[in-house]
Amino acid sequence: MKKIVILGGGTGGTVVANILARKISREAEITLVNNSPQHIYQPGFLYLALGEILDESKITREEEKLLDRKIRLVIDNAVKIDVQNRMVILSSGKQLEYDYLVISTGSRIVPEEVQGYEASYHFYSLDGARRLYEALERFREGVIAVGIGGIPYKCPPAPAEFCCLLDYYFTKRGIRNKVEIHYLSPLPRTFPHEAVAEAITKMMEKKGIHWHPMFNIESIDPEKKIVNSLEGESLKFDLLVMVPPHRGAEVIEASGLGVDGGWVPVDKHTLQYKDYSEVYAIGDATNLPVSKSGAAAHFEAKIVADRISSEIMGDEPRAMYDGRVLCFCDAGFRKAIYMDFNYERPPKKPRFSYLWYLGKQMVNKFYWSLILKGIV
Amino acid sequence: MSSGGIKIDKVVDARGSHCPGPLMELIKAIKNSEVGQVVAVYSTDSGSKTDIPLWVKKAGHELIGVYERDGYTEFVVKKTR
Ligand SMILES: Cc1cc2nc3c(=O)[nH]c(=O)nc-3n(C[C@H](O)[C@H](O)[C@H](O)COP(=O)(O)OP(=O)(O)OC[C@H]3O[C@@H](n4cnc5c(N)ncnc54)[C@H](O)[C@@H]3O)c2cc1C
Repeated sequence: MKKIVILGGGTGGTVVANILARKISREAEITLVNNSPQHIYQPGFLYLALGEILDESKITREEEKLLDRKIRLVIDNAVKIDVQNRMVILSSGKQLEYDYLVISTGSRIVPEEVQGYEASYHFYSLDGARRLYEALERFREGVIAVGIGGIPYKCPPAPAEFCCLLDYYFTKRGIRNKVEIHYLSPLPRTFPHEAVAEAITKMMEKKGIHWHPMFNIESIDPEKKIVNSLEGESLKFDLLVMVPPHRGAEVIEASGLGVDGGWVPVDKHTLQYKDYSEVYAIGDATNLPVSKSGAAAHFEAKIVADRISSEIMGDEPRAMYDGRVLCFCDAGFRKAIYMDFNYERPPKKPRFSYLWYLGKQMVNKFYWSLILKGIV
Repeated sequence: MSSGGIKIDKVVDARGSHCPGPLMELIKAIKNSEVGQVVAVYSTDSGSKTDIPLWVKKAGHELIGVYERDGYTEFVVKKTR
């Protein structure tokens, strides 16, 4: 029996484990380690912050119930990965040996890396979303700024999407005319890709959202309520929503596997770590130049499951990741855009439509069944 | 590694990146570098030719060169502050 260890039971880890269990549970023992018994659907943080979901249990499930029964789930924290000796050490002191390792430990947020961060809010954790919800409910008038405190961060369109949803939120409350929404874009445009940026900029202008080019948050003055950019500009705010800086999981840094903030360097097609062909990393944990998204984690998980199962069955591992990411962005008022791109094919100029809004609702709904089970 | 005789401290291969895109990759690399270090970023994104020089200027760094390579463009940037 080959031993496969998967570290991290978020989107990528759960998909990889479920596909492997279907394909090769007779030939391999599959162990998934997650440091929490709960699985959280992170895109739900946006809805929680805006009061569209009030019940947190709508976006959480027991990980155990999401996994094929042939998978052994270990709830523990991995503290060290020893790639030389093919072993993982857990907080409890337990050691897990492996023939194949899949690192899917995602990212962690480190707001404290920005001076004055205490004066900001965010929607990048359950707690954060809860606090932001309360602050928004109290908000009656003034300037809300939405910006980015560090690169890379999960779901690059999320802050622009959040601005559009704020416009919808305050319109529904009947006080949109008393609130100024400012989007602090880290780039000279509203979105990395030109064709998409054009559509988002038009949408923001139509909604009266002010946007500031090349404003990467460097520090915050909590007393004066001023946010400063590393490009040398400042803005006064009444409420600041800052996407916190992200780093790779602590275990990656502690094991010396990460670069530039704890991201695992992998081959952009095979997803293998350096010369260790038995070690893979997927999802937010990698240093790939693709967006840190559930969609990328999901597509990468399918590739890795295919490669490992082929090899165990005695075939050449042939599956290659093509850089595919797809994403739906909600613009409020039941309109959304859809993008689908890969390393070779850039996104097309998107259209805002009700159809894509429904698409996003379908993803939210079928995440737990079709996506996590690796059926789609 | 060197490019036009300049020593490159870090290479960022952002070819095929449409989101987050080469400029975000460059901003991340510059943040993680020391003052005086040189970063090269490879891009296949047509937007990079305008947005990378714009950001480098605004952020007060130095664009050492832009080189057309085989199927991609290389931007060499020095962190100056
Ligand atoms: C507000 C918001 C909106 C988003 N919207 C979208 C969207 O619309 N579309 C989209 O595709 N993506 C979206 N995302 C991004 C998406 O949620 C993530 O990119 C995705 O979850 C990444 O999957 P992953 O498996 O790499 O990491 P995660 O899902 O984060 O899972 C990592 C897991 O590893 C565990 N772990 C970490 N360290 C250890 C350790 N040492 N030992 C054991 N376990 C460990 C964690 O507890 C976690 O369960 C959004 C994210 C946010 C925050």
